[in-house]
Amino acid sequence: MFSRAYKTIVTAPPLLWATVFLLVPYVLMFCYSFWSVSAAQAIIHSWDLANYKKLFQVDVYWQTLLRSMWIAARVTIFSLVLGYPLAYFLSFYAGKRKDLLYQLVIIPLWVSYLVRAYAWKTILGSDGVMNTLLQYVHLTKHPLEFLLYSPFAVVLTLTHIYTPFAFLPIYAALEHIPRNLVEASHDLGATPVQTFWRVIFPLSIPGVVAGATFAFVLSLGDFLAPLLLGGPSGIMISNIVVSLFGAAYNWPLGAAISLCMLLLVVSLLFLSERLEKKWSFS
Amino acid sequence: MAFITSSAASITTAESPTKSTLLSIRNVAKSFGKNVVLREISLEIGEGEFLTILGESGSGKTTLLRIIAGFESASSGEVWMGEERLDRQPPYRRRVNTVFQHYALFPHLTVEQNVAYGLRVAGRPEAEVASRVAEALEKVRMTAHAKSKPSKISGGQQQRVALARALVNRPRLLLLDEPLSALDANLRRQMQVELKSLQREVGIAFVFVTHDQEEAMVMSDRIALLRSGELEQIATPREIYSQPATAYVAQFIGHTNLLQGDVRQGVVRVAQSESLSWPAQVPDGQVLFSLRPESIQVVAAARPGTPGRVRVRSRLLQQAFHGATELIRVECPGGLVLTVRTPSGAGIQKEVDLEFSPASVVQVRPSPGRN
Repeated sequence: MFSRAYKTIVTAPPLLWATVFLLVPYVLMFCYSFWSVSAAQAIIHSWDLANYKKLFQVDVYWQTLLRSMWIAARVTIFSLVLGYPLAYFLSFYAGKRKDLLYQLVIIPLWVSYLVRAYAWKTILGSDGVMNTLLQYVHLTKHPLEFLLYSPFAVVLTLTHIYTPFAFLPIYAALEHIPRNLVEASHDLGATPVQTFWRVIFPLSIPGVVAGATFAFVLSLGDFLAPLLLGGPSGIMISNIVVSLFGAAYNWPLGAAISLCMLLLVVSLLFLSERLEKKWSFS
Repeated sequence: MAFITSSAASITTAESPTKSTLLSIRNVAKSFGKNVVLREISLEIGEGEFLTILGESGSGKTTLLRIIAGFESASSGEVWMGEERLDRQPPYRRRVNTVFQHYALFPHLTVEQNVAYGLRVAGRPEAEVASRVAEALEKVRMTAHAKSKPSKISGGQQQRVALARALVNRPRLLLLDEPLSALDANLRRQMQVELKSLQREVGIAFVFVTHDQEEAMVMSDRIALLRSGELEQIATPREIYSQPATAYVAQFIGHTNLLQGDVRQGVVRVAQSESLSWPAQVPDGQVLFSLRPESIQVVAAARPGTPGRVRVRSRLLQQAFHGATELIRVECPGGLVLTVRTPSGAGIQKEVDLEFSPASVVQVRPSPGRN
């Protein structure tokens, strides 16, 4: 239908873009992950698996990786616990206010991520809103220190930031459930609670899986929230990667850790796609 | 299946079902905002009766069904099942089941799990669930597909599963919302017969909603004809055909000729054709009559008029072949156009003599916007 020249002109820019900005960096990173750095901070082009071994042998690396996964897991659970009821309420009971409420959920996404992270810093700090309030009502005498610069602060902030990402696919899945199925369930004698667990929830599983994947993957790779609010105990794996590429000047090790994370994320995405397919009935 | 056994004897007279009343709808009205969908509907459904709610789209027939099922609440009026007031119960407490227009089978459950749904949520023991589900699937000949997902079976099969899913709960009343409308013509006719015989077998009252008057005639014990949210007539198919209450009913069910009559001293004269007249025991004034095309006979011009029958000469306008019969349109003196049903191949001339008996002319109430 289209001439060969036309096809070439149309497809060349994106292909070029993908090559320069995706393929080349990945190949470079892949190569770097096998190299090493000399004492004089020069890259030694020797091919071995030393960097990968380090990731699993040096405590701080694998412990931080595990902690990052644990933080991401908590963020995922909280995002689902907050996002699902919200999506369910909006989809089934919001009536005419549905569109307005939907916009209200989306609006925080328009605000810069950095602003939201800083906002939490203001709220949770030792002179922050929360501590001032707690002391004002005499619930506490001294500022609570664990509020800021802790995994708690990171989980709280990431949950706030990523709940809309969990909400959106769940809401979409709920909106796709034909309402006559809900009527059929009631018609057959199922109470609203039975209808939820036997019809609505199973049919919304693809949305839950997609939402969970978003929340987990996005928070696993996050580095700003732990940097701003995490403190020493709230450091995540991305912070290590950033410092390895920066001050520590160990690109090879940074590349190896990055590739491991990439592998983890890709297998998660693959798994979640399989799960979504298994549970979708259209 | 151990449904309530009841004789398959054909029912009923027009006034009320001969069997005891199962469901009674009293002065039910429904409006959505300013849009009035149902006005003061009252009707009764007998035990084991097959009642069809017939009407065009927008007549309110589906809304009435949804009020019985409990998916809509009436703006006013009451629905009773025996001594129990139904309209205040949520749908899951009503002993009424529905076959939905698009079947509404649960896509994540197998055929078997779909049929078992009602029994499982009611907490029946698994052994009972298994045997009743097997029986129900047997009854609708779907045993072979028990383990299939609904998306893997055909429309006709989904239809039968939806039926089994509803009937397995042994409801006192089954509601069917245009269940055959998604099927093609042949399958549809087959399902009409199957559905009717299944209904006789299980003895459960059916309320069947359709816009198809032929379907209504074939299947129903009684037909309730709705028009713009009002009940035009409720009667047996035969009666609604031979004794239509209004001009709308006469036109909606089959073909008819509407004649505007002027009655004076026991004699009717048709306004559009002065030569058409016959004696009738009707008070003086303007009266509307319905005359079915098959009540008019074409007679040989040479034959003398039969005493007591009305005779008129007319001119052939149009002829339409309908298989065993033909519908012809003729023009009488004065410009009155009549539709007449004749046997096929009767050799109609340009000029035809028509005859009909005054007894076959039915007086109908005028329907606004329809005469």
